[in-house]
Amino acid sequence: MSTAAFIVIATLTLAGALAAASLSKLIHAALCLVVAFVGIAAFFFLLGAEFVGLVQVFVYVGAVAVLIVFTILLTRRADENTGGFNWGGVVLAIAVFSALMWAILGTPTLSIAAPQIEALTVKRIGEVLMTDYVWPLQCVGLLLTAALIGGLILVMEDKR
Amino acid sequence: MTGELVDQIFVVAKHWLLSLLGGSPDWVIQIASSLLNIAAVLGAFLTLFALISVLERKILARIQNRYGPNRVGPFGLLQPVADGIKMLIKEDIVPLRADKVVHFLAPIMMVASTILALGVIPYGRNMTPFAIDGGILFFFAVGSATELAVFMAGWGSNNKFSMLGAMRAIAQMVSYELPLILTVLPVVMVVGSLSPDAIVAAQSGYRFGAVPHWFVVTPWGATAFLLFFVSGLVESNRTPFDMPEGESEIVAGHMTEYSGFKYATFFMAEYFGMFAVSGLAVTLFLGGWHAPMRWLEFVPSYVWFFAKLSVLLFVFIWIRGTLPRMRIDHVMGFAWKFMLPMAFACILAAAVWHYQAHGLAGWLWSLGVVVIVYFGLSRLADTKKKFAPRTYRFAE
Amino acid sequence: MPTLTLFLMISAALFSIGLLAALSRRHAIFILIGIEMMLAAANLNFIAFWRFDPQPQSPTGVMVAIFSIAIAAAEAAVGLALVIAVYRHYRTTSVDKLDQLKG
Repeated sequence: MSTAAFIVIATLTLAGALAAASLSKLIHAALCLVVAFVGIAAFFFLLGAEFVGLVQVFVYVGAVAVLIVFTILLTRRADENTGGFNWGGVVLAIAVFSALMWAILGTPTLSIAAPQIEALTVKRIGEVLMTDYVWPLQCVGLLLTAALIGGLILVMEDKR
Repeated sequence: MTGELVDQIFVVAKHWLLSLLGGSPDWVIQIASSLLNIAAVLGAFLTLFALISVLERKILARIQNRYGPNRVGPFGLLQPVADGIKMLIKEDIVPLRADKVVHFLAPIMMVASTILALGVIPYGRNMTPFAIDGGILFFFAVGSATELAVFMAGWGSNNKFSMLGAMRAIAQMVSYELPLILTVLPVVMVVGSLSPDAIVAAQSGYRFGAVPHWFVVTPWGATAFLLFFVSGLVESNRTPFDMPEGESEIVAGHMTEYSGFKYATFFMAEYFGMFAVSGLAVTLFLGGWHAPMRWLEFVPSYVWFFAKLSVLLFVFIWIRGTLPRMRIDHVMGFAWKFMLPMAFACILAAAVWHYQAHGLAGWLWSLGVVVIVYFGLSRLADTKKKFAPRTYRFAE
Repeated sequence: MPTLTLFLMISAALFSIGLLAALSRRHAIFILIGIEMMLAAANLNFIAFWRFDPQPQSPTGVMVAIFSIAIAAAEAAVGLALVIAVYRHYRTTSVDKLDQLKG
């Protein structure tokens, strides 16, 4: 059952990602990116990290995707083509992919089955977040505040 | 004993149906169980949708001193059937310049996300279709997909009114999602769990043998409930916050270019969104499926849930019949200048209440916090002096 | 349950597709999309390694993934704000045309 789910999710995710990288219309690419992100969230569910999957959907579909489509709307011009394709990038991406595959397939210790672990509850994540990871948490809070203010200042129009 | 059987009749029926599959592999039973849950939720809410669509027209007619639909069936109760047939056989028009795929997918995505959100709400004792540890987070995660669906509808139609309506809708939905989530936080904080079942379980029992342990009877709970309800009104694009589809300004907003069954799907999604937000409000603040009095506990739990849900839906309709539409800048200002600080005050008040061991002192202290913040905000946002002519700034 | 190798292969493919989008497209938003995809692929790796850890310890991989999602959101917000600011100034979003050192 989980193998079937894996195949379906993998196909969906990779198709969405490929479409997002190669479609010529920006809006379609952004919507395909959403498909890819939902696929990754499904992978998280499959791996037993439900909380991260939900956060992934919440942040990427609810916030980042909306931000991207809003930016596309605000920077849209009828005459501008989104084209322009650099084939060097394709060569480099394929090179990186083959190097990664070579490394992964050449490491026999990686082909292990998943061990039995107890389910990761939200309560456990909260406890760890508030004890061992409290400083990173504060730093992320600071970073998000800085990003909020920075984003606002960047898009604020000059009152001249 | 019979009381318990009536209370658990749906659970027992589901187990009986699954036992018919005895001997099949595990995954068959799993899939069958999920399909049964989906069928139950869809059946219940499609019926409720049909009922509410005619009741809304009846109630609005009563408010406006007229009869409402009364031709089809007894008291016009078969009106939804007639409406459904009309919607099905209407011509489905797709604009020539529309982005066909996006235009087609938008209503599907809209209704799918609202139905998914309905899945995590506990409808009765042991009656949560999709019991998941982070249910509340799931609700908001799938609920946030509606914004994207609205955008897809506006973009796909390739129409200025559609796009303007979609922009308005997204702007107000994003703004009000903050208070909506922040008013859930105090409940999650006090209960210590994101699971709707745990939240309902925390609201069982009665104080002094009469007052139920619902969160709405605490000062922070009452405030959070009101804020949540107003945010829910905005999220489901209902009057007085229905600028996205204000027919006198921008035709029908993002639904302008939809006709026939696709329009009906949007209509359905709007009502399902209303059910989902009301259901979550019942779960979080009104004690879920718990009875309000101890001697009323013989009534089955799901009856209590749907009774509370109906009361909230009636208030939705009542507000629609009473209040005029708001202006978009007032709505946005209200979100950021009043709702958001009040939601933070709720969190503070809930913390005070929690650390005073849920007693009377904590009750009074949290009331104090809420009242002080409320009056401070009203003083700060004193609009009486600022009734100057409005300056218009057009988009470049 | 598939083996760890399969998850790593998916993640590598996603990373490469993100790299392809970031390197070969000229539109600024496509570059951001590519970066987001690469970050998501890295998250998938973290979660996969956490799940296949023989000794169940503290959920370090999950924590890193959560922080990484938060940082990716901040990055997207600032990046898209930059795109809007650049568009206001130069009236273009193609990164090839942004070749001036003075504003």
